[in-house]
Amino acid sequence: MSRKGLMCGNEAMAEAAITAGCRCYFGYPITPQNEVTAYMSRRMPEVGGQFVQSESEVAAINMVFGAAAIGARAFTSSSSPGISLMQEGISYLAGNELPSVIVNIMRGGPGLGNIGPSQADYFQATRGGGHGDYRTIVLAPASVQELADQMFLAFDLADKYRNPVMVIADGVLGQIVEPVEFSPKETANLPKKDWALTGCSGRAPNKIRSLVLGDNELLEHNRKLQAKYRAMEESEIRYESLETDGADIILVAYGSPSRTCRSLLKKYRQEGYRIGLFRPITLWPFPYKALAEAAHGSRMVLVVEMSAGQLVEDVRLALLNDSIIRLLGKPGGEVIQSHEVQSEIEKIIEEFKIKGR
Amino acid sequence: MTKVFTRPYSLKDVETHYCGGCGHGIVHRLIADAVDELGIRERVVGIAPVGCAVLAYDYFNFDVCEAAHGRAPAVATGMKRARPDLIIFAYQGDGDLAAIGMAEIIHAANRGENISVFFVNNAVYGMTGGQMAPTTMIGQKTETTPRGRLMEQEGSPIRVSELLAQFDGVKFVERCTITKPKNVNRTKAAITHALRMQIEGKGFGFVEILSPCPTYWGLQPRVAMKMIEERMIEVFPLGQLKDIEEKK
Amino acid sequence: MAKVTIITQRCKGCELCVESCPHGVIVMSKSLNDKGVHFAQPAMLEDCTGCALCAMMCPEVIIEVEK
Repeated sequence: MSRKGLMCGNEAMAEAAITAGCRCYFGYPITPQNEVTAYMSRRMPEVGGQFVQSESEVAAINMVFGAAAIGARAFTSSSSPGISLMQEGISYLAGNELPSVIVNIMRGGPGLGNIGPSQADYFQATRGGGHGDYRTIVLAPASVQELADQMFLAFDLADKYRNPVMVIADGVLGQIVEPVEFSPKETANLPKKDWALTGCSGRAPNKIRSLVLGDNELLEHNRKLQAKYRAMEESEIRYESLETDGADIILVAYGSPSRTCRSLLKKYRQEGYRIGLFRPITLWPFPYKALAEAAHGSRMVLVVEMSAGQLVEDVRLALLNDSIIRLLGKPGGEVIQSHEVQSEIEKIIEEFKIKGR
Repeated sequence: MTKVFTRPYSLKDVETHYCGGCGHGIVHRLIADAVDELGIRERVVGIAPVGCAVLAYDYFNFDVCEAAHGRAPAVATGMKRARPDLIIFAYQGDGDLAAIGMAEIIHAANRGENISVFFVNNAVYGMTGGQMAPTTMIGQKTETTPRGRLMEQEGSPIRVSELLAQFDGVKFVERCTITKPKNVNRTKAAITHALRMQIEGKGFGFVEILSPCPTYWGLQPRVAMKMIEERMIEVFPLGQLKDIEEKK
Repeated sequence: MAKVTIITQRCKGCELCVESCPHGVIVMSKSLNDKGVHFAQPAMLEDCTGCALCAMMCPEVIIEVEK
């Protein structure tokens, strides 16, 4: 049975996790995602689940590790400085191949930064984040509904690949209130968790460890992990390509800046300009090929991000042609205003003498 | 003839990587014995630390996982909360528990998690080559205290059992050693008691075991055992610091 | 008389068993095992009471006692 309501992104994410069967939430308060811990402290006991306000983000991610190791669906959420503290644990989750979900409601950095919405943890999320050669699947929602939907997806992908999955959103999406519907979906055929530490009743003991000392053993383990990451790149790339066919200008953005871009799209299309929007939904694996195809023949690609130039690096890797890439990057926990994007678009229109109607 | 002493089933019949005379082997055996006697082998999950005992998962004949350095009590919390029917213990050394993992042990203890923690205190970092531990004694020479631990420089050895015993959430704390058969038996009783309390849902149990590190103490194993009795016990007195069951 | 069996190839020569035996039943070998250590071996078995104190102290758990 589906349920509808008006919720902020943080609460919707929490409720979606519960609908996805998660009964273990461990977290440490940090703005701008405190609604999650508060919501879970209230909601988990109602559904027979567990909420622990941990002593630190380091402890929270290790509690997730413990719950994941015995085969439970567990998640934690935090914001940028807290996610940095979790990186040790995320590396261990990846090394031990434990399914888990981590949500980062990003705020301005570096350091303590501020509590404004930001996308400055793009590198950290998409390049692994902790030590060692590993990847996490990174989902980037652009609305409260999508945030909720991606929580279902995140748990499924985590179980499917035995890998940590991150959902990253800027503070705007955590705070914004929008209609949301929770409809529990049948999960796809997920592998049995026969590796979990459930007590060795009727089977040989299981062990979960990431210390691999034998000759070439760690090399082999890494090759296995890399093969898994290649499989993710093969099957899990998600994106939205909006009116990019034959577009002169293509905007590239994810999360809340993509909403600003989307609203401008309408305005310029009405004026007869051929302008499109490419929105990566998985930041890793990144839709390199799809972006290259979408941008084929366009005059200029404008990357809009609430960071100083991180998403743009993947766009450069996708297009391998810096001469058609522009960046509107705004770091420091500041929202990108519509007029700022508009002014960049106007400059491109003028420079390339792009014609409207 | 009947067998009066055999290897416990919960301890795999393999050679350990430990140095000759290391106390870990004895403590592993005691835990395995307790697990067998309590009949919990099929629902116990152990957590190995980072340190010499990291390979404990190769020795215990039941489910074991490795935790990041110092994080075993947080991992144990996650496991126990998700599956309260499992019996969860963390096996930790002095660097793991009392240095890098001090926050995790204190808060798991204070929350009164229904888990058991076995703390092997040998006053030195073994795996990394004999550096100072939080429990290194004043005057004790290590790789990083070549002139002996100085109170003014490095502070004094941390008495973890005393620290934890003060929390209401902690239900059982005992400090033991394994220097001779009598003490080994006492340690086994404490380990068994902590696990039994967990089985009965009575809460957080903590057993500290003073254990020799002949290699990095630079002593013959027999002499290392004497060192514990002559010097270490003075700093870390043996005995039960707390047992909620005793009051009854 | 009791019987003490030691897997001598796995002995690391720590001598804790020798130390704990109240009757001097266990002695260290003159020869070396494959590890290159003098290993513990039961000698005067007629004095063994099967108390198993040796086994209790063995970190490698390679001593079995019968009586």
